[in-house]
Order: sequence, then structure tokens, then C-alpha cells
Amino acid sequence: MAERSDVLRGIAAKLAAAAGGPRTYMEVCGTHTMAISRFGLRDLVPPEMRLVSGPGCPVCVTAMGDLDLVVALARLPDVSLATFGDLVRVPSSTTSLAEERAAGADVHVLYSAADAVELAADDARRQVVFVGIGFETTAPTVAAALLEARARDLANFSVLSLHKTMPMALRALLASGDVRLDGFILPGHVSVVTGTAMYEFLVDEFGVGGVVAGFEAGDVLAALLMLARQSSPAIEIQYRRAVHAEGNPTAMAVIEQVFEPCDADWRGLGVIPGSGLRLRDEFAAFDAARRFDVDPGETREPAGCRCGDVLRGVLDPPQCPLFGRRCTPETPVGACMVSSEGSCAAHYRYQAIADD
Amino acid sequence: MRITQIDGGRATIEADGLVQHTSLALVPEAGVGDYVLVHAGYAITVLDEEEADERLKLFAELEEFERGEGGG
Amino acid sequence: MTEGGARILLGHGSGGKLYRDLVRDVFVAAFANPVLERLDDAAVLSTSGRIAVTTDAHVVQPLRFPGGDIGVLSVAGTVNDLATAAARPLALSAAFVIEEGFLVDDLVAICRSMAATAAAAGVPIVTGDTKVVQRGVADGLYITTTGIGEVVAVHEVSAAAVREGDVLLLSGSVGDHALAVLAARGEFHFETTVESDCAPLWDLVAAALEAGGAAVHFMRDPTRGGLATVLAELAETTGLGIDAEEEAIPVLPAVRSICDLLGYDPLTLANEGKMLFAVAPERADEVLGALRGCPLGARAAPIGRVISGHPGRVALHTVFGTRRVLDMPVGELLPRIC
Repeated sequence: MAERSDVLRGIAAKLAAAAGGPRTYMEVCGTHTMAISRFGLRDLVPPEMRLVSGPGCPVCVTAMGDLDLVVALARLPDVSLATFGDLVRVPSSTTSLAEERAAGADVHVLYSAADAVELAADDARRQVVFVGIGFETTAPTVAAALLEARARDLANFSVLSLHKTMPMALRALLASGDVRLDGFILPGHVSVVTGTAMYEFLVDEFGVGGVVAGFEAGDVLAALLMLARQSSPAIEIQYRRAVHAEGNPTAMAVIEQVFEPCDADWRGLGVIPGSGLRLRDEFAAFDAARRFDVDPGETREPAGCRCGDVLRGVLDPPQCPLFGRRCTPETPVGACMVSSEGSCAAHYRYQAIADD
Repeated sequence: MRITQIDGGRATIEADGLVQHTSLALVPEAGVGDYVLVHAGYAITVLDEEEADERLKLFAELEEFERGEGGG
Repeated sequence: MTEGGARILLGHGSGGKLYRDLVRDVFVAAFANPVLERLDDAAVLSTSGRIAVTTDAHVVQPLRFPGGDIGVLSVAGTVNDLATAAARPLALSAAFVIEEGFLVDDLVAICRSMAATAAAAGVPIVTGDTKVVQRGVADGLYITTTGIGEVVAVHEVSAAAVREGDVLLLSGSVGDHALAVLAARGEFHFETTVESDCAPLWDLVAAALEAGGAAVHFMRDPTRGGLATVLAELAETTGLGIDAEEEAIPVLPAVRSICDLLGYDPLTLANEGKMLFAVAPERADEVLGALRGCPLGARAAPIGRVISGHPGRVALHTVFGTRRVLDMPVGELLPRIC
């Protein structure tokens, strides 16, 4: 529809006027990474406006050691490993879940943690291990599933919690001083759950603002315009139809009930204190990390992989020497190219066409 | 997606001929007729208004946003 | 007879009387035609001119899905491959690998589907083979069909004939089949009104050839890998560029909904009843009109052009006026997580 693109071009023009100079905005949500590339938004925003991808892809920020642990669990003969889709193709130190599945491991790709509970209920002889990755959007769903498993007395269900939370990672990012940012495009669905109070420290401690954005092209452009127009840094919500400042108290309560903060190892960022979620002692019986004793083996990072730098926003994917050469979606070296929400995959799949 | 039926903590939701089932464990206050946002098999919030023709609504919002120059 | 009815036994594949009875009672009964009924080991046919041959193995799971089953697929898929070579289907063969324990009633139903689809396409199933493997392998049933067709076009219909300026016509909406099958698999717990589009397309192709003649340069059906793969391969093979309009590509609202929810791109999803044509611009309107005049082409639309710019690559023009490269999908389809 002509009118739709007119509206968007109108916003793009206003962006240039509002920014008045070079700006760098970072998004920290895999779905935003995808949306920006898929809709070609980098073409629509003014050339001095740089859109950078941060550590927002849950699969991409999973540390190699944790991946190796997941593989080690999948290799146990009575384990049925259940996971969200993208994890299956990510290279671990020596292999991947897809390859292990071909070699006979019982690996299930699921859409919901609730399905893992049903899997456990269906066959008491199998140990169902659900790999919990994702941020504050996914954590409450895994918590709810775990409570269901407990209510149903399922002794063969456990969760390996690799969940991470955003605020500490953002703090680590800004504190490192590696990237100069003028603002954040804040994650839409994480904020549905958490509300916006947890972002205030960005303004108070670092003088950086943020706008919570939805996932349509119009949402992201409107959020960028709101960012560009901020006369002083603030936390705002563009995604008003879904996000409230107070978040979803039921979801937050269930996270609180099942998980507690812990240190977490982020690919590219290293160990960030208090940035992970682990199962509380009360739920030790459902904690795969405590139930199984496996040796993940020696951790080996792929040679030359710059995923870490890409995740911190220090390197744009095309600047990685492996990008498009040794590292492609068919032959990925690092997680950023495998995951559909990874910055490298998004860049590769949705490259802009240079004018010929 | 719109809730068409609730049975225990599970809802039947519909949009554009797509029918799904989701858990309401995280939005116990949701009722039949409400529009919910779904993530990984769980509804995570009740949407303020109907999601029907979401894209049209978004663009109406954007146009308004454009006109309301005082915002931001 | 077991609970559930009569079942296929290992003995049915062994070539003896059980096998002969199965062939007569199930396959010949369903496919009834004079050539098959001779039950020779090879079917003898007559043809004039050039012939096209193609073969396809069908391993779809589940065997039945909204809008069709493995039987329909096995016939339509091969007929459509022949059609892309402008070949009228002459005869099909069908080889079955059946898992021990498969219900005979289910086999009969699938053969009836095959027969109905073959009749719709005007092509007899003239010969075949059956093997039975032990319980636990073969996911129930695999069907391999080979098709022979008579090439009706006198001009070359292939990627080599494609020229700069050619108009790209798509016969209808994309993504339907893949999503119908995904829904039927039950892994992602959704129901949908979307049905597979699986259907034989020779009539559609014949109409296009009649209207466009030598102006029809290239035809391909976007099956596994979807429209994105067909376009990317075409650009790569010809060394020309392709401009496609995202909004012009028909996608059913229900398909778009599911794709949004699960993180799929409709352009990479399999279709089993759609055809892409590259037509010289001066005849594009007539061919489009002819397609729209066919029941299976009612939603046909022009979706892009072959150009000289960005050689070897496909540029998709988004709704917002931006452009991005359209590439083939990699690996399995996996929905995103978060």
C-alpha cells in the first residue's frame, strides 16, 4: 500500500531531522535483530544513525561450556533432551545436538516447556531434561512448567537453567566502555513481563535512555524517533498496546518463586555476577545440574570466531573476517550465524542490496 | 490472539483461522473474548484492545503519532 | 484379522501368492487401466517426439494432512515435475515400500487418492513394485513415482531461455502445504483452516503454453525450499538478477499468522500445487489471463522481473520500499524461540 510506505518514509525523514548528528542505538533482543534486517530498516534510517546489535539472542549468548554440558546430557542413554529449536544446530566444542541426534541421541525440539512436561508424563522410563534458555520472557514459562511438573509428581522431569537476565548484562556492557551508545531499543516481550522500572539505572547511572519497542517496522521506527527526540535520557514505552510500566506481576512472582539470581557466563561478555537464574534449593529435585553428574569435557572456542565482539556491539558482522567466508548459515562457526536471531545470520540472510 | 474458550488453566485462542491452545498460568485474570500475547505456549499479557487487523491499527497509531508533534 | 483390520505382512512383499493377491486386490483395483492389467514386468508405451522422465521419492509425515495425503503428493509431484519441462504426462510408475503392520484399509485409501489424482491429470499408473520391510522402519509407507511425459513445446523451456525483462508469474499463494503438514504433525499444537494445495498442474501449464507459446521461457514448481529457493537458483543459474515485490506474492492471512507466530518465512515454505513462470513481457498479460482462467490459477499474480542489475541475486522489495537479498533457506525449518 502506497500510504503505508509513505507513513514510514515520513517517519524516516523526521528521524534525520530529530537526530541532528551521528547516533548509535543498540537493540538487545533477537526479534529486533531480525526485524531490523528483514524490513531493511538500516536503509530507511539516516546514514549517520547506526543500529547496533547487542547480546539479545539467547542462543548466541550461551557459553560454550554450557553447550558442552547440554551435549553431555544428551549423550546419556536414558535422557530425552528437550530444547527450543535454534540450539540444535549450534556448534559445541566438538559437535552439535543435530549431529548427536543423528548418532542416536534422543533430542526433541519443542515450542513450549509445557510440552516437555507432557513428554515426561508420557514415558516414565525416560529422563526428560528441558534446556531453559531465554531471558525474562521465557523464564516464567519454564517456571510455570516446572510447577506443573511438581504438582503432577513427575520424578523424571528436570530443567537445566541457562536463563539470563538483561539488566546486569546491560550494566556490564556500558561499564566496559567498549561501545559509545546514545540509547537502547529495549526488548518488547521481556518488558511485557518485567515492566520498565528495571531500566531506570541506565538513565541514572549511565545517562543513556531507552525506548521499549514492538516488532513491526513501524514500531521500531517510531521508537527510534522517540529516542532521537529525547531532550534528556529517559525510559519510554512505544509498544503501548502490550507493555505496561508495572509489567506482569503474576509472571514476575512465578520467576521469583522458582528461580534466584546467580552468576552467569555470557559468550563474549564473560561471567557477569547476578545475571543468571538458577533453581532455588526447594526445587533441587528438578534441577538437571544437580541431578546428573556429567563431564562436559574440555571447552574449545572455535578458532577465529568473533561472536563475542559481535555480541558486545564492538564488531559489525560483515567486519568479522570469517563472515560469509568460512562462516555461513550452511557452515556456521559460531552461534551468531546459526541462530535465526543471531546478528550474523540476520545480516547474512537479509543483506541489503548495494546499488549496482 | 483472541480467547474463545477456557478450560481449567488452558485457553483456546484464535486468529485468522489459526486455532491454538495456550496456558493462562501467567495471566489468570484473562477471560473469554480477551486478546492475549502468547510466547512459547503461555499467554504473557492481556492486550489493551483488540488485535484484529493489528497492522492497520499500528499504522493508524503511527499516523496519529506523526500528527501529534508535541509527543516524544 | 487383528484389531483395526487386516494388515500388511512381510509375506506380502515376497513375490508369491500373497503379493499377487495384494497387487490385484489393491493396486490394480485402484489404478485400473489396460496397460497395468496385463501385469507385465515392464509397461510398453508408444509416443512420438521428445520424452521427459522424472522421479520422486515421497516420505511425508504424517501420511494424511488437511487437503491431501501421500498418495496425492506422489502423483501430483511427479506430474508437476514433468509439467515444468512442458511435458504432458503419459504414464506413471509407483514403487511402494510398506512397513509390516500397515493397515490394508489405509493402503487402499491412499491408492484411491492416487487414482483420483491420476485421473484428474489424465495419466495412467501403468506399472509398479511393492516391498515390505519389518515393523519399525519406513514410517508406515514410502512411495516413489517415476513419470514419463511427451514434450509438447517445440521451443526450449529452461533457465537457459530466460532473458532480461522476463516477467515472473506465480500461480497462487505460498506456504499452504508446509503449514498444513506442520499442523497435522501436531508438534506445535495448532489447528488451522489452511489446507495443502497439492494438485496436478498440467492443465494450468497447458493453458499457459497455449496462451504464451514460445514466450514461456521457464517453469518451476516451488516445492521444498519454497519460492525463495526457486528464485535464488534461477538467478544463480542464469547469472541474471531478479527483482521481486514482497507485497505482490500471495500469502493467505492464516498462513501469515502462523508464520508470524512460529517465526517462519512463507517464501521458504514448501508448496505442492503452485508454479512459477518466466514469460517474455510482450505475452505476460495473456499468460496471466490464461492462468487466472484456470481453477488452480485463480490467484495468479505477477511477482517480479528478471533484470540485469545485481547479477545472480534476488532482491526482494519490501512494503517499505527497502530491498533485501532473498536467499535459499539453510538446514531444517526451526521455529525461533524468544
